[in-house]
Amino acid sequence: MSIDEGTARRVAKLARIKVEEEALPALAAEFSAILGFIEQLNEVDVDGIEPMTSVTPQRLKRREDVVTDGSQQAAVLANAPDAREGFFAVPKVVE
Amino acid sequence: MSELTKLTISAARDALRKGEVTSAQLTEACLTAIDGADALNAFVHKTPEIAMAQAKAADARGYADAAALSGIPLGIKDLFCTKGVPSQAASNILKGFKPEYESTVTSQLFDAGAVMLGKLNMDEFAMGSSNETSCYGDAVNPWKVDDRKLTPGGSSGGSAAAVAADLCLGATGTDTGGSIRQPAAFTGITGIKPTYGRVSRWGIVAFASSLDQAGPMTKDVRDSAIMLQAMSGHDPKDSTSADIPVPDFEAALTGDIRGKTIGIPKEYRLDGTPAEIEKLWNDGAAMLRDAGAKVVDISLPHAKYALPAYYVIAPAEASSNLARFDGVRFGHRAKLAAGDGITEMYEKTRAEGFGHEVQRRVMVGTYVLSAGFYDAYYNRARRVRALIKRDFDQAFAAGVDAILTPATPSAAFGLGDMTEADPIQMYLNDVFTVTVNLAGLPGVAVPTGMDAQGLPLGLQLIGRPWEEGDLLNIAYSLEQSAQFVAKPAKWW
Repeated sequence: MSIDEGTARRVAKLARIKVEEEALPALAAEFSAILGFIEQLNEVDVDGIEPMTSVTPQRLKRREDVVTDGSQQAAVLANAPDAREGFFAVPKVVE
Repeated sequence: MSELTKLTISAARDALRKGEVTSAQLTEACLTAIDGADALNAFVHKTPEIAMAQAKAADARGYADAAALSGIPLGIKDLFCTKGVPSQAASNILKGFKPEYESTVTSQLFDAGAVMLGKLNMDEFAMGSSNETSCYGDAVNPWKVDDRKLTPGGSSGGSAAAVAADLCLGATGTDTGGSIRQPAAFTGITGIKPTYGRVSRWGIVAFASSLDQAGPMTKDVRDSAIMLQAMSGHDPKDSTSADIPVPDFEAALTGDIRGKTIGIPKEYRLDGTPAEIEKLWNDGAAMLRDAGAKVVDISLPHAKYALPAYYVIAPAEASSNLARFDGVRFGHRAKLAAGDGITEMYEKTRAEGFGHEVQRRVMVGTYVLSAGFYDAYYNRARRVRALIKRDFDQAFAAGVDAILTPATPSAAFGLGDMTEADPIQMYLNDVFTVTVNLAGLPGVAVPTGMDAQGLPLGLQLIGRPWEEGDLLNIAYSLEQSAQFVAKPAKWW
């Protein structure tokens, strides 16, 4: 499948990665090459085969529904690019 | 002093126990070697103060009843979160990030007495096969045959270079599609990716969670057994880590493989495989046969679809995992223009922080998961993955104990050689290793020969799930037969 610039622009937007307009043609060409490689999968007969969900058959363990951690505000915020008054700070989200 | 850094973990352990050397001496020797090896760009964050404190503590505890890795200096891949020490996954988006916590693997290594020398170079977010996507610049292979600088492989390129150059006694790696085994083969060392679930992923920066496993990269098979032992085991903080006993891997190394059945998959005989790789493979099969194993031809009919399935599943999982790098909680945030809102913050931060290959894979993953394509790409790839695993299940059910293949399609190539190639050419490096991640199996790379230029080549053994002990024993037999002892000549 060939990916056009519009699709490349849409994918970049979905991925929340800013891509300049002039970079879109090259990006679209790369996507087309990779997706062309992936197209080989269409040769495989997968009728009746369930998509794998876990490589090792296992039931995920459960634990008691109790508090095991917490009260670490300073540690949680220690690496934040912008933390104020005990919160993560971000640009205005709603007008 | 430099001789000390050449010791294997097992030899250093014996010397420590006999009192012939102290961990402080071993650690100082490694730190000196590291400082003299900046040209390899293997260690990207050096931690000499931590190392010397851990070494002195190990010496103070003594070695009479010491834990397995007591006083042993190791390097740690930058993908592992280490408390208070930069842990960047070789990405600019995590510049300045110092975790407030310790990964389970490094905690277990420290509990076993290990000494951390520093953090090791790698491909950004473990996405790459040549260590050329790192924000720290390329790691360099200590092996050299002419003026060119060669890749140590990737993504665990710094780990491979550091072990091969005797900067540390062993190192941690991680392997999502071959990132332990390919660099091990490119540098003439041993590396094992254990069964999925053997080692906790907690505190390791996630790439593709259903494929990622950590493992050791060491100078020989025995050292891999010792290190893997310390890294393994159930962790309540990783719900996919298996709650089953960890056997004594070192005790499994008898070298006796009589009666074992070794499978040779015909689908791995690719067109264009160099004759010397074919010969290496045939020689390896002969060594195992001479050691008393039965060598049989097997078929893994879906093997050729492993790479395309991987390049759907791994980017899909990466696009999800890397969504957390948003400039809010840790790492880099882009400078914003007046009027920029939160979407601009995300988009600019991720454009600045992620390198080209990471951006490409996140976007491919986003595409294959997007509405309208999820079934055609992602679900189809997961179905093919089930078939790839079934091929292995059938081989093992037919009595095969382990499968022998080449580790890589070539010896190490030059840094920069693939710059102009399309991404798929680089992806082909993982053609022999990636099936193992998709099937969740243990796989070990062992150096067994050299190519005509004088560069190391490795073979891969693939084992049954949870049978790392048996697998390492077969690898041990191969190691004893191959007698690969060559070391890179020091030029750095």
